[in-house]
Amino acid sequence: MERHCLSLLVENNFGVLARISGLFARRGYNIDSLTVGTTQDDNFSRITMTVTADEQTLEQIKKQLNKLINVIKVIELKQGEAIRRELVFIKVKANDQTRSRVVEISNLFRASVVDVAKESLVLEITGTLSKVDAFLNMIEPYGIIEFVRSGVTGLQRGKHQIGC
Amino acid sequence: MIAAKLIWKCLERENVTTIFGYPGGALLPMYEALRQSSIEHILVRNEQAAPHYASGYARESGKVGVCLATSGPGATNLVTGIATAYLDSIPIVALTGQVNRDLIGTDAFQEADIFGATTPFTKHSYLVKDPLDLPRIIREAFHIASTGRPGPVLIDIPRDLQEENIKNVKFVDKVNIRGYKPTYEGHTGQVRRAIRKIKSSKRPVIYAGGGVRLSYAQDELLKFAEDTGIPVITTLMGIGAFPEDHPLYCGVVGSHGFEYSNKIMEHADLCICIGARMSDRGTTNNVANMNNMELIHIDIDPAEIGKNINDTNIPIVGDAKTVLLELMSKDIKKDTQDWLKTIEMIREDFPILFDANTELDGINPKLLFDAVSDIVPDDTTLVADVGLNQIWAALYFKIIKNRRFFTSGGLGTMAYAIPAAAGVAFATREHPKTILAVCGDGSFQMCMGELGVIAEHHLPVKIIMINNHKLGMVRQQQHDNYGKNHYSGTDINFDVDFMEIAKAYAIKGYRASTNEEALDAIKDALAQPGPTLVECQVNEDFIHI
Repeated sequence: MERHCLSLLVENNFGVLARISGLFARRGYNIDSLTVGTTQDDNFSRITMTVTADEQTLEQIKKQLNKLINVIKVIELKQGEAIRRELVFIKVKANDQTRSRVVEISNLFRASVVDVAKESLVLEITGTLSKVDAFLNMIEPYGIIEFVRSGVTGLQRGKHQIGC
Repeated sequence: MIAAKLIWKCLERENVTTIFGYPGGALLPMYEALRQSSIEHILVRNEQAAPHYASGYARESGKVGVCLATSGPGATNLVTGIATAYLDSIPIVALTGQVNRDLIGTDAFQEADIFGATTPFTKHSYLVKDPLDLPRIIREAFHIASTGRPGPVLIDIPRDLQEENIKNVKFVDKVNIRGYKPTYEGHTGQVRRAIRKIKSSKRPVIYAGGGVRLSYAQDELLKFAEDTGIPVITTLMGIGAFPEDHPLYCGVVGSHGFEYSNKIMEHADLCICIGARMSDRGTTNNVANMNNMELIHIDIDPAEIGKNINDTNIPIVGDAKTVLLELMSKDIKKDTQDWLKTIEMIREDFPILFDANTELDGINPKLLFDAVSDIVPDDTTLVADVGLNQIWAALYFKIIKNRRFFTSGGLGTMAYAIPAAAGVAFATREHPKTILAVCGDGSFQMCMGELGVIAEHHLPVKIIMINNHKLGMVRQQQHDNYGKNHYSGTDINFDVDFMEIAKAYAIKGYRASTNEEALDAIKDALAQPGPTLVECQVNEDFIHI
């Protein structure tokens, strides 16, 4: 089963998110991440979700989403055709001995230090899933206290647009 | 104009003449305004029945059925009926009262989140927050309920909003919902492929579902079948899509269908599925060799294609009637004589036996429904409940000419038949027709209160109750799954005097314990202008197959 990234244009209405999450819950679809935000037009919102599904299930997910009256358009953000990024904050152990090494790794990944305390740092990184995973892998030995991921969001490249 | 009045005005503009409802605190302003409306309110006896009345009314009239209940318990009582309409794709609009807007979310008296509770089984739903939105929302609700794949739409209306005064009311005629544009016409490329496939197939069958009836495509299906010589099998919901006295008619498929129909499916090399979802019920006992059969799937709901059967060879999203006409726009004549001969042999190998030689006492319901077919008019509507009574009525009562067969096929909701049959009666008051409501003693007792409505309005609903003192279908399943004497919770132990019940409601009652008595009673009942109850004693061990 592969991971797919879907982008939805929906009406900015009461209950839309509940309809979508309810649909996934009752039909047993796996949802890995979900982000919601406004668009240039106040009447619409944009939802980006990543799902793990085989081709047939993915097809059903798209069709079932399209059946919802408040969902205007569903597109798949495919690798190469779209920019997909995730924002992650990581609180990592860092003292006088390790701080500079953590910062060095962060620089390599173009992550930035957004909070400094005596025993920890908070790092901010934006990137693709694989970049984020690679970074977490490198930071892990220093002791990750906690991290939070925004979920993937993305936009089609070039002239393609979902259309408001 | 006060919003409550505006609501009724909007419904009048949708040609609503009859609604089925039950009042309550959160509906006080709407009921006050209803007094001055042209819309007739039918007081049901339990909100649970209200969507079924609306469903029977919608199925008979082709209009959208409307039901109404107050907030909280009134609204939650609608839930089963709304889900029933959803699973059978019946166009109804459910209006519910809601607590005042400033009380929503506070667990106020009679507050329930009916919007949230019904999202899984409504086609769409609204919680009105601004009275100015009412004309648009009501117009959209009727549009959504009745177009594309029909279904129930719920509108939740807070009480304080009903009392608001609105200046400059603007009614809405045109609907433009960006996220809702149903497809009626089939994709020309796929239609062309389908025609080629139909022509090259050797053993094709048409698998007709409820969608054929919802799109009123019976005439087109008949012509298509006759032009191509392809035999027609229906699902439970598809009963009535094709005349049962036609030589190309091949019965009802599925877990409770005819054995010969399922065998024919097994022998087919091409299934032309029209307006059906290839549900578990429909495909049990017949898709063992789906590997050897190709599938053309015609459905107005794209999500039904590929949902239950993975390998759809030719998907056609569109309306049954439109797509059938598109298929017939080309020469599709073919020779199916060899296949029809094979089918004749299958019919002979698996005959319909009616259990005519049973030694069980009481009424043989299979023979009874077959006989009732011969004495009722050609435009009879039969509404079947759920259980053994439903299967017997579905399989042995003949749907020919303009007869109609309604049942809760998808959700399998007991206590559907009596209120739905009453809904049919309300839809045909100007041209009364024969309406049979078939139920068991179980389903009858689940909605007995609705007899009050039938009696009050003197509706010509002829109830045929199969009384085996058991919840027969579940009992049979207990027998089939666990063996004899593994019955559990399926005895109805108190012997109700149903004749006294009928008398209490001033409904003419008949008790029959032989087929002759039952048929005589039904004949007499048909001659009565008003409601009747024919109680048919059936042996508890008389089972389905």
